[in-house]
Amino acid sequence: MNDSVNRKDTAQPAEASPIVRLDKVNKHFGNLHVMQEIDLSVAHGEVVVIIGASGSGKSTLIRCVNGLEPFQSGRIEVDGKTLLPNGASGKSLQAVRTEVGMVFQQFNLFPHLSIRDNVTLAPRKVRGWTRQQANTTADKLLERVGISDQADKYPTQLSGGQQQRVALARALAMEPRLMLFDEPTSALDPEMIGEVLDAMRELVNDGMTMMIVTHEMGFAREVADRVVFVHEGRIVEQGPPDQLFDQPQHERTQAFLARVLKH
Amino acid sequence: MEFNFQFDWQAAIDSLPFLLKGLPYTLLISFVGLAIGFVVGIVFGLMRISPTRWLRFPAVVYIEVFRGTPVLVQVLFIFYGLPTLLGGPINALTAGIAAIALNAGAYISEIVRGGVQSIERGQREAGLSLGLSSTQAFRYVIWPQALRRMIPALGNQGIVSIKDTSLFSVIGVGELVRQGQVYIANTFTALEVYFMIALLYLAITLSLSLALSLLERKGLVG
Repeated sequence: MNDSVNRKDTAQPAEASPIVRLDKVNKHFGNLHVMQEIDLSVAHGEVVVIIGASGSGKSTLIRCVNGLEPFQSGRIEVDGKTLLPNGASGKSLQAVRTEVGMVFQQFNLFPHLSIRDNVTLAPRKVRGWTRQQANTTADKLLERVGISDQADKYPTQLSGGQQQRVALARALAMEPRLMLFDEPTSALDPEMIGEVLDAMRELVNDGMTMMIVTHEMGFAREVADRVVFVHEGRIVEQGPPDQLFDQPQHERTQAFLARVLKH
Repeated sequence: MEFNFQFDWQAAIDSLPFLLKGLPYTLLISFVGLAIGFVVGIVFGLMRISPTRWLRFPAVVYIEVFRGTPVLVQVLFIFYGLPTLLGGPINALTAGIAAIALNAGAYISEIVRGGVQSIERGQREAGLSLGLSSTQAFRYVIWPQALRRMIPALGNQGIVSIKDTSLFSVIGVGELVRQGQVYIANTFTALEVYFMIALLYLAITLSLSLALSLLERKGLVG
C-alpha cells in the first residue's frame, strides 16, 4: 500500500517512543483468561487494526487502553502516562481518557442532549471551554463528518450511520492524540457502513493514531499500517496487511481468514 | 317505611369554608414531606447502589424498615413514642412531615436506584472515555436520563403520600380529614362532608398528575 505516503503528518519527524505500549498484560474474567501476556506497541501516527473471532479478546484489549477494563497484571503506557493493574492507576486514568478518544459499536450518544451538546459536553466540562468556543469547534467537526445541518436535533432523530459520525465528532472534539474504535460499523445497516468508513478514512489521511477493532477486512487491508490477529486472548500474529492477509504464517490466522474472506 | 337518603348539597357547600382551613396543612405536610423525602431518597438510593458495603448496608436497613412498616405506625411512633426518648414533646405537624419524608424517602430510594440502574452501561463508558470524571459522568450523563425515567414512579409516590397525610388526623393535625371530623361532630352531615373531602383530595392528586404529565411530555425529546 502506498497511501501512507499521502499522509500529511508523515512528513514530520516521527517521535521515537511509542504512544501506546502494553507490557505483559493479563486479564481474567473469572476463570477465563481473556488477555494473556499481551505485548503491543503503537507508534505515533500508526493505524493498527485488530482482528479475530468474537470472544477472542480484541475488544477487551482496546478497552484496556483507556482504562474501561481493569486488568490484573502487567502495565500499559499511553502517551507517557501509566495504567496499573487492579484499578490502581489513580489520576493517570482520567488523564489518559482525556487524550484518548473512543468510538463504540453502539454509538452511545447521550440521548438527552442535542447533537451539538453531545459534541460540546466534554470540552466544556473537562477542558473548561466556553460554550461559544465549544460550539464553534463542534460545528466545524460536524461539518467535517457531514452532519452540520442536524446539530439541533436529538440522537434518536438520526440514522445509525449519522449517529456514529456524530460519535466520531464527539470524540474528536477533545482533540485526542489516539483514537480507539470498537467495531464501529458492526451495529449498522449495510448501506450505512460506507459513510462511517469514509469518515474514518479521512481521519487516517489526517495522520491520526488509531487502534481499530473491526470485521471489515477490506477496510483493514486498505488503511492499516499493521494488522494484529488475536486468538483466545493472545496475539498470534501481526504484520503489514499485505503480508498478514496474503501470507498468514500461523495456522490459526489461516483458519480465521479462510472463514471470513470466503464470502 | 320511608328512606330519607337525601344528599344535601347545601350542607356540602356550607362545610367547605371549614374544610378548606385544613387544606394548607394537607398541602404543607405533603409537599414539604415529599421534598425532604426526595432528597432522602436520592441520598439513600445512591448509597444503595454504591460499591462500598458500609454505605450500602445502612441504606438497605433504612429502606426495608420504612417500607416494611405502616406509615400510621411510623407517625404514632414519632409523635407518641419519640418524646419519651427525646424528653420533650414533638409538634404534630413536624411529626407528620417527618413521617411522610421518611416513608416516601424509602420508596423514592428504590425509585432512584431503579432509574439509575436502568441507564445503559455504555452511557457511563462514553462519558468516561471523553475524560469526564465519574462524578461528572453521573451528573451530566446518567442522572438527567435517570430522572426523566423516574417521573412516572415519582408521581405515583407523590399521590400515595398525599393520601397518606389523611392518617395524621389521629395525632390531631388539623388537616382535611381532621377538620371534617370536627365539622361532622357538630352537624351530623357525614355523607356530604366526606364526599367533599374526597373531592378535595381528588383535586390535589389530579393537579399533580396533570403537572407531571406535562413535565413528561415536555421532556420527551431525546
